[in-house]
Amino acid sequence: MTKNSHVITYPRFIGRMVLGAFDGTWRFYVWMTALTAIALVGANAWAQQTANGMHVTSMTDHVSWGLYIANFTFGVGLAAGAVMMVIPAYLYDDHEMHDVVLIGELLAIAAISVCIGFVVVDMGRPDRLWHILPGIGRFNWPISMLTWDVLVLNGYLLLNLHIAGYLVYMRFLGKRPDKRWYLPFVFLSIGWAISIHTVTAFLYSGLGGRPFWNSALLAPRFIASAFITGPAFVIVLLQVVRRASSFRVGDGPIRTLTSVLRVTVLLNLFMLGSEVFTAFYTGGTHSTAVHYLFFGSHGRHALVPWIWSAIALNVVSAIVLHSKATRERLELLDFACFAAFAGVWIEKGMGLIIPAFVPSTLHEIVEYSPTLTEWKITAGVWAFGLMVLTLALKTALPVLTGEVSLGGRKEPDADDVPHAA
Amino acid sequence: MSESEEKQPRRVHLKVLGATLGAGAFAYAMAPLRAWTKDISKEQFLQKHYKELNKEELAKVITRLEAETKRDYGRDVTIKDPKPREGVEFGYALNLSVCIGCRKCAEACHVENNHDRKTNNSYIRVIEMEQGSMDMERGTTQYDHPVPAPGKFYMPVQCHQCDNAPCTKVCPVQATWKEPDGIVVVDYNWCIGCRYCEAACPYHARRFNWTKPEIPAEQINPNQGYLSNRIRPQGVVEKCTFCLHRTREGRLPACLEACPTGARVFGNLLDPDSEIRWVLEHKRVFILKEELGTRPRFFYYFDV
Repeated sequence: MTKNSHVITYPRFIGRMVLGAFDGTWRFYVWMTALTAIALVGANAWAQQTANGMHVTSMTDHVSWGLYIANFTFGVGLAAGAVMMVIPAYLYDDHEMHDVVLIGELLAIAAISVCIGFVVVDMGRPDRLWHILPGIGRFNWPISMLTWDVLVLNGYLLLNLHIAGYLVYMRFLGKRPDKRWYLPFVFLSIGWAISIHTVTAFLYSGLGGRPFWNSALLAPRFIASAFITGPAFVIVLLQVVRRASSFRVGDGPIRTLTSVLRVTVLLNLFMLGSEVFTAFYTGGTHSTAVHYLFFGSHGRHALVPWIWSAIALNVVSAIVLHSKATRERLELLDFACFAAFAGVWIEKGMGLIIPAFVPSTLHEIVEYSPTLTEWKITAGVWAFGLMVLTLALKTALPVLTGEVSLGGRKEPDADDVPHAA
Repeated sequence: MSESEEKQPRRVHLKVLGATLGAGAFAYAMAPLRAWTKDISKEQFLQKHYKELNKEELAKVITRLEAETKRDYGRDVTIKDPKPREGVEFGYALNLSVCIGCRKCAEACHVENNHDRKTNNSYIRVIEMEQGSMDMERGTTQYDHPVPAPGKFYMPVQCHQCDNAPCTKVCPVQATWKEPDGIVVVDYNWCIGCRYCEAACPYHARRFNWTKPEIPAEQINPNQGYLSNRIRPQGVVEKCTFCLHRTREGRLPACLEACPTGARVFGNLLDPDSEIRWVLEHKRVFILKEELGTRPRFFYYFDV
């Protein structure tokens, strides 16, 4: 392969991808238009927040992080889970799982975009974003865990862009991907996936002044719940892909992911139980935040409905996942996935961030409940993430099935089973 | 895709229309940002970190800030940049036996440091607690009755200027650091407003500018320090600086001067003859949340 040919074929590849991103069925247009509308409402709310100041949020000096950082944390879990769930593919040499590796990586790219979005909307001075760029600004590495997070999140984004981009491009050229160019990166990205959620947990667990976070169990809990959200999302996503595209997804991957989920929902409940036991059995000042979360404190209980919903969702998903009927009925499985996903969204979102601030470090109780502006921005960031995911799948899958290639378009070939990795 | 030939142009037209509408909607959605970016000059946007500014650059920045204050707040102010003095490390001690919880210190801080008038912000919070317990859980900052109330005692809390400061460690951009004289400062023009320091501080010492501070021109304290009480921009974190614009010039912190009971003792820890050293050596001194290992330069004590 001479260099020249890539100079010609790569722009053509990009061109075809862009064309593919703007063309589809009416369902595609309706979906994208709806997402665009939500994202624009969010963008407008963010522009107002940036211009007028963050007093438009419900955050205060007492509860200085809120819905944005909650969603950021959850998003990191989703991004990590999307790639970690492919571990069985390599651990057990499960070839059918290889097909979903690429889908997991595309999900990771979208989830990281969401995380970066939430960090940016949480900044008081987004105009000073350049201060945090290594080499250009003043990067407080390695002392600040936030700089580690910047490195691992962006590194993870690049890693997955490379793997997904390389595999799709090779497929576009009609070539067999060179293992040396992607396999080491796939393994690296699996390890890296664990690192992004570990570093994000360290961000919180390293703070001695916040007893609610200051627990060594935080990182393991993060990883366990990432193993819920990743598989849960991908199980549903694979079914959507099966219906909306000609990419063939067998039942094998869904079965494998379901068995992962069966273990991790229980593991997550176990760890939650351990923390609850430690807090309540010991009692004292260090358990005030946990008490506030579950039962309220001094007559304030803004988070009580949140956390009990999370517990209910987690328990229900665990029961449904382990019931016999779920093995036969996909709807039940989907229901369990939605429940598990929503449960973790609360538990590793609002349920994780807010209690660390209530009571405050001087034991004052100031409650937090997100304003409309915060909800708009949050919905906008997620809509943006779904747009990224939709476009990534929309452009990559036709290449994998052979519908789009350098040679031109052709009908999907039955023998042409795509092997992403 | 199996579009018939005549359908194609219509589809292209629709796409162009859609893209135009989308771009228009985006511009409309982002419109509030335009006014905001107009307020941020190129010099402001590109301004370097405090420690990277040389003397001329800092002078220029200060001139610009003074002009901005005049423009936005209608007041002529002087912004100085007093440097830490050789052989001086500040320490602060507070006598809990005599503090009556009048909150004059918090009020003086509010005025001295050009705090936002609407939120009545201050770097000091005073906790009222039951005698017989040091559990802040049972205390309150929201008391509203004549002081000192029977059976109560009072504990003002402000920045402890920790030697092992969790807040400076976590800052991703080194916008906050410890000066040689022990004072933890913030470069308000470098802070990105992530509020990680606010989460890290165990003493609730940091404040965020949730909005642009509002102060009537006549109430502005015109004697300002670059790293201390100049009016902060929106979207950045601020904190107590032991009034370094005063203390580095040999004066006392505003909170100490305002205290009617003499509960506050401030001075140079390196000076063996200073009052603060005498207190630390002779009184029953304790440190708030000592178990966290933050090594504060703020001490509480009781009269024997």
